[in-house]
Amino acid sequence: MATATFRIWRGDSGGGAFRDYPTEVSEGMVVLDAVHRVQAEQAGDLAVRWNCKAGKCGSCSAEINGKPRLMCMTRLDTLNLGEPVTVEPLKAFPQIRDLVTDVSWNYEVKKKIKRFKPRPPDAADGTWRMQQAEVDRVQEFRKCIECYLCQDVCHILRDHHLHDAFIGPRFLLYNAALEMHPLDNEDRLQSLKDREGIGYCNITGCCTKVCPEHITITENAIIPLKERVVDRFYDPITRLFRMLR
Amino acid sequence: MAERVIPLLETRGFGQTMRRDAWWGQPLLTFVILGAFVVYATWAAFQGEHYEYGPYLSPFYSPLLFGAGPHSWFGPWARPAWWPGALPFSAALLILWAPGGFRFTCYYYRGAYYKAFWADPPSCAVGEPRKKYLGEHSFPLILQNVHRYFLYLALLFLVVLTYDVWVAMWFTDPATGAQRFGIGVGTLVLATNLVLLFGYTFGCHSLRHLVGGRLDQFSRHPGQAKVYGAACRLNGHHMRWAWGSLFSVALADLYVRLLSMGVITDWRIL
Ligand code: SF4
Ligand code: SF4
Ligand code: FES
Ligand code: FES
Repeated sequence: MATATFRIWRGDSGGGAFRDYPTEVSEGMVVLDAVHRVQAEQAGDLAVRWNCKAGKCGSCSAEINGKPRLMCMTRLDTLNLGEPVTVEPLKAFPQIRDLVTDVSWNYEVKKKIKRFKPRPPDAADGTWRMQQAEVDRVQEFRKCIECYLCQDVCHILRDHHLHDAFIGPRFLLYNAALEMHPLDNEDRLQSLKDREGIGYCNITGCCTKVCPEHITITENAIIPLKERVVDRFYDPITRLFRMLR
Repeated sequence: MAERVIPLLETRGFGQTMRRDAWWGQPLLTFVILGAFVVYATWAAFQGEHYEYGPYLSPFYSPLLFGAGPHSWFGPWARPAWWPGALPFSAALLILWAPGGFRFTCYYYRGAYYKAFWADPPSCAVGEPRKKYLGEHSFPLILQNVHRYFLYLALLFLVVLTYDVWVAMWFTDPATGAQRFGIGVGTLVLATNLVLLFGYTFGCHSLRHLVGGRLDQFSRHPGQAKVYGAACRLNGHHMRWAWGSLFSVALADLYVRLLSMGVITDWRIL
């Protein structure tokens, strides 16, 4: 069996440091397996959050060799094991311990987004009708597993800490799923522009790059929402048309 | 938004990252290519000569509002009376702001040059040079929202450039002076450029929004849904169209320029 070194960040909100753990690795292993082996054999107190080991629960988010990724979906054979593999917690959220961060800010943000508000039912039996073609677009957005890797990589949260002014790509995506829903009647453009700060996004596309569900966050969700915000607030001609109608 | 202060891990400084890959590669490439294009386009726009050859007109000078040659709209070369005396005048300067503004405010280029030219961020998960950040939330970058108006202009330019390709198929016979249909390498150069510009413009995010993206219920607008689908297909490769048409537009100018300077000769296919 081969050996590889995992350079894992150990510490809490007060501070910490990287520590090297040489451990045995075998074919087919993912980073989460290696972290578990380290935990079992060398560091019983290593804190790590995980659940499904199948890339579906979004719990095992971390930064592996500097890139935000799911530990359970990062195969060791895609990494260079000739040098230590660094594993660190997410950077955009407060640290709890070791690889575990406090992502509860995200839940607070989500609570404040305007709920789904369907139009009155289409049929007498209280049901609605919609076509596949019109839900295709929002179905992409519903693949989100809330791993918050996109939130982590977004420089507005990660580097500029504008958590008070900007909700982050995950929740722009969530807004898009509701806003473009064929049955939804709610209007979220004002809050997107003001409270949720869509204007802060400078479309650098990092969120799209790290999304493990391969959701085209920037191009399919954020930019179309920006266009809707332009319609409402920044485009005098569209405004004029709206007034005349 | 959050009620409590979030004690984050220390933010990394400029260029600091744990990434091991060549994260600087893509922004550097953007910097070099886009920078070279801007330098060349500015230089070419100020030349004020060698922009037409036979039936060919450089896309940097189209529409040619004033000029001595056959492509001119309003007759011979005239420096407009209102043009500031100290500024060098070239017919390209009258029009080039429109396609230039279109590209400058394009969503794809914005994301690319914010990284490559302004390091905001230098690359994903790499530390930044500045603390303060306004994004496109306030002045000046909030002005990027005019993009759709540049789109409307770009659509007009496509009409003009299509006409230019048509004109580039009619050669004057030196013996008789009559116009004869033909195709030269220059015709193909201009036509290729036109195709790439069409692909770029019709994949624009603002266009995609305009033709259908703004709707929620496609089933009520089946026609628009189809057009929207087509715009989405182009939009999915918007980056490639953006680079392809950037190259083609510069090469088309260069080709006409070199012909006019007598450095190369045009090869007639038909
Ligand atoms: S595209 Fe916008 S939301 Fe996504 S990472 Fe970049 S700035 Fe953040
Ligand atoms: S959008 Fe993608 S990266 Fe962001 S939370 Fe959802 S699955 Fe994770
Ligand atoms: S453990 Fe569930 S996504 Fe990795
Ligand atoms: S978004 Fe690129 S041209 Fe409009």
